[in-house]
Amino acid sequence: MTEVSVAKDAVAATDDLVVLKSVNKHFGALHVLQDIDLTIARGEVVVVIGPSGSGKSTLCRTINRLESIDSGDILIDGKPLPAEGKALARLRADVGMVFQSFNLFAHKTVLENVMLGQIKVRKSDKKKAEEKARNLLDRVGVGSQADKYPAQLSGGQQQRVAIARALAMDPKVMLFDEPTSALDPEMINEVLEVMQQLARDGMTMVVVTHEMGFARSAANRVVFMADGRIVEEAVPDQFFSNPRSDRAKDFLSKILHH
Amino acid sequence: MFDFLSEYDDPTLLGAFWVTIQLTLFSALGSLVLGTLLAAMRVSPVPLMRGFGTVYVNVVRNIPLTVIIVFTSLGLADIFLWTMGADDVKLQAFRLSILGFVAYTAAFVCEALRSGINTVPVGQAEAARAIGLSFSQVLRLIVLPQAFRSVIGPLANVLIALTKNTTVAAAIGVTEAAYLMKGMIEKEAQTLLIGAIFAFGFVVLTLPTGLFLGWLSKRLAVKR
Repeated sequence: MTEVSVAKDAVAATDDLVVLKSVNKHFGALHVLQDIDLTIARGEVVVVIGPSGSGKSTLCRTINRLESIDSGDILIDGKPLPAEGKALARLRADVGMVFQSFNLFAHKTVLENVMLGQIKVRKSDKKKAEEKARNLLDRVGVGSQADKYPAQLSGGQQQRVAIARALAMDPKVMLFDEPTSALDPEMINEVLEVMQQLARDGMTMVVVTHEMGFARSAANRVVFMADGRIVEEAVPDQFFSNPRSDRAKDFLSKILHH
Repeated sequence: MFDFLSEYDDPTLLGAFWVTIQLTLFSALGSLVLGTLLAAMRVSPVPLMRGFGTVYVNVVRNIPLTVIIVFTSLGLADIFLWTMGADDVKLQAFRLSILGFVAYTAAFVCEALRSGINTVPVGQAEAARAIGLSFSQVLRLIVLPQAFRSVIGPLANVLIALTKNTTVAAAIGVTEAAYLMKGMIEKEAQTLLIGAIFAFGFVVLTLPTGLFLGWLSKRLAVKR
């Protein structure tokens, strides 16, 4: 972790921001999450990898309760995740989410997309919201596209807007659910660079991805999932050079040699 | 050829069509509001609301409109003495028929809108929930605006049907176009001409509506 973020969070440097305790979930007969225990510290960047169908996206989506869980506990910043209603909405505002398919609001301009949550959820006034939105859009490199509609932007630009939209809520943690999987290859980097920058700035991040390069360079920890379980957790260097489990070895041999 | 028209002054031809227009406008507004509420109920997470919406739509849209309109007069007004604050018979029939049209048309608005809601990708609502919007905010700010845009065409159909359906109000004595037509057919020999006049009148009302809403639908279409 960078020294900056450690200093910034000096008071709460050691506390756990996201805690999952023996979380279980089924999709019908499929036991998609099996006794998941995972703790993410403030400022930590955790990359979740694994074969498709291993439950990594579902895991990511349970953290802001876009997926409900059957049993277990999820705590965000020490508070249990509310089941529904206003309390859940409030908590979701503190948890930023970036989707594989961007999901920008199609009937609103880029600028409106980034302003909406600030105005309707954070109740900030329009001027402030716009200023902040423009700053964030500049930061992710799409400031000049502010007045266009999402469909007029490339995938990479849309995904960067989606990141700005999430950041506009000043989230405590950012969830990335395969943020580059729907992108053309040449657009992947522009999104990864924004994420790298976020990581350097000390944002707490949970990233589900197939981008091993990003995992190596930005992650504090790699979580490897298979068949609904966390099979292995390690720092990236150790995981990629010396995986302990056979399942991880098998997975890595398939993706790293081509 | 058109001389006989001047003999009719209560209502006049234009006056009768004006009543038709008023019936249509008030009923359209009312059914848009009620239909939207019903659609919101039908997609709500509360089972009781979903149940109510489903039952309402399936009961009301399967009852003939004539039965509904006649019931408002013979049932609501004559039996339950609910006259909607009107002190003369004409105004009472006018208001009651609007109530009937709203109740009936809302079921169709609801279903058109619900099909529109189904065209909005699930990710739109997920992204909206993810930034902390409440259920009603998600519906009002994200889902319904996109749903409305995608169902302007089907809603135009509902509106055109409503315009023509207002003729049923003649059954309880509202002096709209069909009421006048019936009177004329009884007294005049030029039945074909009378039919043509009223048919033309309705086309004049509905054709521009359809064309305008068709244009609007293209203009407001959400690009994905």
